[in-house]
Amino acid sequence: MLIDFFLHLKASKLPVSTKEFLVLLEALREHVVEHSLDDFYVLSRATLIKDETHFDKFDRAFGEYFKGVEALPGMDVLIPEDWLRDAVKKHLTDAERAKLEKYGWDKLMETLKERLAEQKERHSGGSKWIGTGGTSPFGHGGTHPEGIRFGGKSEHRSAVKVWAKREFRNLDDNVELGTRNIKIALRRLRHFARQGAADELDLAGTIAGTARNAGWLDLHMRPERHNAVKVLLFLDIGGSMDDHIRVCEELFSACRSEFKHLEHYYFHNCVYEYVWKDNARRHNNRIPLHDLLHKYGNDYKLIFVGDATMSPYEILQPGGSIEYNNSEPGATWLRRLTDTWPHAIWLNPEPEQSWPYRQTISMIHNLMGGRMFPLTLDGLARGMRLLSK
Amino acid sequence: MRFEGSEQYVATRDLTLAVNAAITLQRPLLIKGEPGTGKTMLAEEVAGALGLPLFQWHVKSTTKAQQGLYEYDAVSRLRDSQLGEAKVADIGNYIVKGVLWEAFNCETPSVVLIDEIDKADIEFPNDLLRELDRMEFYVYETRQLVKARHRPILFITSNNEKELPDAFLRRCFFHYIKFPDKETMVKIVDVHFPGLKKNLLREALEVFFELREIPGLKKKPSTSELLDWLKLLLAEDIPPEALRSKDQKAAIPPLHGALLKNEQDVHLFERLIFMARQNR
Repeated sequence: MLIDFFLHLKASKLPVSTKEFLVLLEALREHVVEHSLDDFYVLSRATLIKDETHFDKFDRAFGEYFKGVEALPGMDVLIPEDWLRDAVKKHLTDAERAKLEKYGWDKLMETLKERLAEQKERHSGGSKWIGTGGTSPFGHGGTHPEGIRFGGKSEHRSAVKVWAKREFRNLDDNVELGTRNIKIALRRLRHFARQGAADELDLAGTIAGTARNAGWLDLHMRPERHNAVKVLLFLDIGGSMDDHIRVCEELFSACRSEFKHLEHYYFHNCVYEYVWKDNARRHNNRIPLHDLLHKYGNDYKLIFVGDATMSPYEILQPGGSIEYNNSEPGATWLRRLTDTWPHAIWLNPEPEQSWPYRQTISMIHNLMGGRMFPLTLDGLARGMRLLSK
Repeated sequence: MRFEGSEQYVATRDLTLAVNAAITLQRPLLIKGEPGTGKTMLAEEVAGALGLPLFQWHVKSTTKAQQGLYEYDAVSRLRDSQLGEAKVADIGNYIVKGVLWEAFNCETPSVVLIDEIDKADIEFPNDLLRELDRMEFYVYETRQLVKARHRPILFITSNNEKELPDAFLRRCFFHYIKFPDKETMVKIVDVHFPGLKKNLLREALEVFFELREIPGLKKKPSTSELLDWLKLLLAEDIPPEALRSKDQKAAIPPLHGALLKNEQDVHLFERLIFMARQNR
């Protein structure tokens, strides 16, 4: 029977695999849990779901599947939506709450069955019927200490069933570009070199040295291999980039751990004579771009991250910047940068299809000599391939 | 073998269930959760409760998967060969056993902890797939297959710094230790400070959970920080009234340095208190 459950999870787009499902069946055969749905919930989650960001999705799928199986009497009666609509919220004091009678489980079910049979209309705020905001043990948003909740939000945290609570709601994310994927893509940009402290035995060197010494041991050590590629990262920040902040953060943290030589600077919309390292102090701690041009050698790879969406004046006109009065247009600065560091690409978080419709994107695209890539896995891989040439 | 929590460790029902499933089916259990929720402690407590030896492998950013199995000390063998030592003839003398080998060799079943697996290189978990699956590995130098006598109970903790590969995840059970709610917290504190005055505890927990609610804290205080803080409160003999400072002038809880570990957080907190006082 659990095949259906498994397929239901699969259909809910949860990353479950056959192997994990077999483990779950094995666990059931070994009687890891007794006959309790709560325990089964925990067990199936531990076996099938390996990431807390999927817990919420799993809770929903589990709830959907086991809705009919919950063995609650009278559950085949559909409860109309509008009964449950949030309408009234009663705020009871603790004393009042304590006064409410605590039903036992059996009695709760019993009463529920009776109520379902009796009740025909939307109900709100009272203390007997199913509905919202009242003190009846049925419905939601209410304050009965031991109630059964039908949909809605848990506000007083005392409903008996767990998975409808959706405790892991805010952990769910639909990232397509996880940091792991980004790192794998960034790995294309590798250039191994041996530098630094010699702490690895150079076997070939030792053999050759020992042979030359007529058998007297001559140890040779060499430094470990490192990724020696050097990267300058220029990040557009603020304004229209706010929509893409998460993907940029991910890219940034992936770059951080992948490249040993990574320098990052921020700019706004387009590069002019100043960039900055710390957004909180962008107006006081500005760094003249001229200094950077002289500081980093031309073996650095230059990566811009920005949506290139701005006013055309910001690229073409002196004084077009929205930050300050710039004496030279952005295009000049951009050209200066790409001249100094010829290995340059521009990563754009905007979808590639929309590029032709934005004037400034095509302008930057041309200024970069066509080396603009979308900030997707594929785009990243293409960009890295170009940079490593 | 079943784990039911221990005297020093309060395990929720979910957690014991996950642990027991991992023990019964002899599969690794991957533990995630906020820092300070007792991930590392769990392995120690399980080993203690079941009376099994514990092997710990603390992973660092430079750790290689091979180091957990064995290392071949070629340099000292070469040196010894110059001195004409007899033991040079046997390469086995220069194989240094790693944590997993020790555990595989153990006479009784054992508990193995691989701590903070996410600190290592992203390929690290992939390099251990076969070892964790079959609980065996091959020593190339001595052409010897090391097989576990008893499959060890394996705990792996992760702080989510890096994502783990799917192939690795498929081989594990997974449990996310949620931050304990107030009731569990009372139990946890009870276990650590049995004699704690009831009202001091109540006030302290109130302050603690309120502090966790403050939006924008870089690092929310966790269980272990709460325990430290209580220890300090007890040592300084601070009366419970001092904590109930909502209507007093000094609204910053005493010894808050134990709870907030980040100067920005302390700063934010003080600013919020200042604003709250102005509104009054």
